[in-house]
Amino acid sequence: MRVTVKLFATFRDGRFKVEEKNLSEDSRVLDVLQLLNILPEEVAICLVNGRDVKEQHLLNDGDTIALFPPVGGG
Amino acid sequence: MGGYTGKILRINLTEGKTSTEPLSMELAKKYLGGRGLAGKMFADEVASDVDALSPANKLFIASGVLTGTNAPTPSRYMVVTKSPLNGVIASSNSGGYWGAELKFAGYDMLVLEGKSDHPVYISIKDGQVEIKDAGKVWGKDVYETTDALKQEFGDDKAKVLAIGPAGENLSLMAAIVNDLYRAAGRTGVGAVMGSKNVKGIVVRGTGKVENANPDQMKEVVANSLKKIRENGVTGQGLPTYGSAVLVNIINETGVYPVNNFQGSYDPEADLISGETLTEKYLLKKHPCYRCPIACGRYSKWDGKEGAGPEYETAWVFGSDCGIHDFDAIHEANDLCNKLGLDTISVGGTIAAGMELVQRGYIKPEELDGTPLEFGNAKGMVEWVRKIAYVEGLGAKMAMGSYNLAESYGAPELSMSVKKQELPAYDPRGIQGQALSYATSNRGGCHVRGYMISPEILGLPEKLDRNSLEGKATWTKIFQDLTAVIDAVGLCLFSSFALGLTDYTSLVNAVTGFNYTDEELLACGERIWNIERLHNLKVGYSAADDTLPKRLLNDPIPSGPSKGQMHNLPELLVQYYAERGWDKAGVPTPERLNMLGI
Repeated sequence: MRVTVKLFATFRDGRFKVEEKNLSEDSRVLDVLQLLNILPEEVAICLVNGRDVKEQHLLNDGDTIALFPPVGGG
Repeated sequence: MGGYTGKILRINLTEGKTSTEPLSMELAKKYLGGRGLAGKMFADEVASDVDALSPANKLFIASGVLTGTNAPTPSRYMVVTKSPLNGVIASSNSGGYWGAELKFAGYDMLVLEGKSDHPVYISIKDGQVEIKDAGKVWGKDVYETTDALKQEFGDDKAKVLAIGPAGENLSLMAAIVNDLYRAAGRTGVGAVMGSKNVKGIVVRGTGKVENANPDQMKEVVANSLKKIRENGVTGQGLPTYGSAVLVNIINETGVYPVNNFQGSYDPEADLISGETLTEKYLLKKHPCYRCPIACGRYSKWDGKEGAGPEYETAWVFGSDCGIHDFDAIHEANDLCNKLGLDTISVGGTIAAGMELVQRGYIKPEELDGTPLEFGNAKGMVEWVRKIAYVEGLGAKMAMGSYNLAESYGAPELSMSVKKQELPAYDPRGIQGQALSYATSNRGGCHVRGYMISPEILGLPEKLDRNSLEGKATWTKIFQDLTAVIDAVGLCLFSSFALGLTDYTSLVNAVTGFNYTDEELLACGERIWNIERLHNLKVGYSAADDTLPKRLLNDPIPSGPSKGQMHNLPELLVQYYAERGWDKAGVPTPERLNMLGI
């Protein structure tokens, strides 16, 4: 399946802003993190199609995954 | 006595006289300082029916008990007055260096009363206070005024707070700006200062703020600094990217207002994000007094330099106006600092103006050739200037989006609560924030109870943003704790890393008092209730604890949060009960008695 991965803040360093990724069926967020060499504990906010999810969340074809380290403001 | 200087400076502008009086420690113990103590004194001294721009209104400028100490983020001062925008108790705070300097000069607070018959500024050199002629700087912008007043004062270390042309012209969105780039922006406090004919206040102090327990203070400061440095948000995210790092988070969540809240997702938002700001515009960090976070930005754009935009500013002059030209956003931000305007309200009013044009309410002939349309960056910047100088339609816009839209018979196009423009979060997809917006006692505002923190950022713990569970309780606690932070003079951003216990430890170490956590939080609840009582007295009621029609009635139309809707009616019932208020949102005598009000 094909998903869109968006990275933000320091996760972009040495990686990318947005990329399409081909994943095997039954992939989870954790598989994307491993692919990108990001540890689950480094992730503060993980959104799939705008919804908060955990790293065990099962992905679907066409999903958009947005990953953020700890950031905030206001 | 630690923390407090123990002195209040009163300036009677009508008579041209100044006097000092002792701080009431009895009141200070109950209301702490800053927003709390000034709010209590305002409520006691200013009748609720005064015209906000008349000499009978008073302007309180108050530091907090921790302002100027070595506690982390000790820079804040608070402006409290009756708001000319909406009549509520205005409390607008700012960082920078001015607030701490006021303490060093020996004052916890200054009160401007009456009205001068000619433009003046106030000069404070430790205990020496003078009311001086400001004829030469009246009409000048904040940058020119700051330079001129410093020069006349003769000490480069002096700190200047001033209004710009917007305050002189009584714009209801006028800010008080200090240290060039920091603003007590909201609720129109700059117009109150302008109505009194006061252009600025220069202060230089050589004193110190004492700590009652220096050894204890050393320990609690080290402890809280460690928490701030080790926290991902305050130790890394904010210092690296500034507050505009939120652009992408809020947008990807699908609660990022676009084109005057007609949309909630912007596919091009990254162009005006904190990441882009850091990559292409940032020159250096621009911290406030003794701040270990240093979220302030100093940027370059289009051959110019100045303070970089905060999140709310990047959003409001950006996506909310359909604009992705970051140079233009920097320019509009700089104009607001220079001319003394609040960025959120000005951007929100321009966005409302754009929708009024879009829907045919404002006719092309009213625009004097300046485009007012979503996506037109050049026009947007020019409207900021026209608002400050009340030129043409800019005069109507200077009264804020509610008054503007109402004058065309379409008040529902103002995205405001209690006439004040909403900040950068669509409340329909964030239940607690919807409640916080509706009940904010200064009108549309995100920093009276920042529920974004638990509902989106996951701090101090992650709450489901669409669930109602616990939201009334969380909102009340956040509102009360924020009132404490505003009253002690620390920056709200410290609360990403610190909790109630940390604030209690800091206040006790500085003052020598022995607050429990519950007692300190009760100070916040007391502050919240006296503000509510004032607003009820001026005629607000539960019916005003609401959202603009579009956000009240329609679900989010598109984007990741499509279809989401607030449940404000249910939350309000829970919230009033949680606060010990009756069903009409009025504090009960029992609760007031319990709080010692």
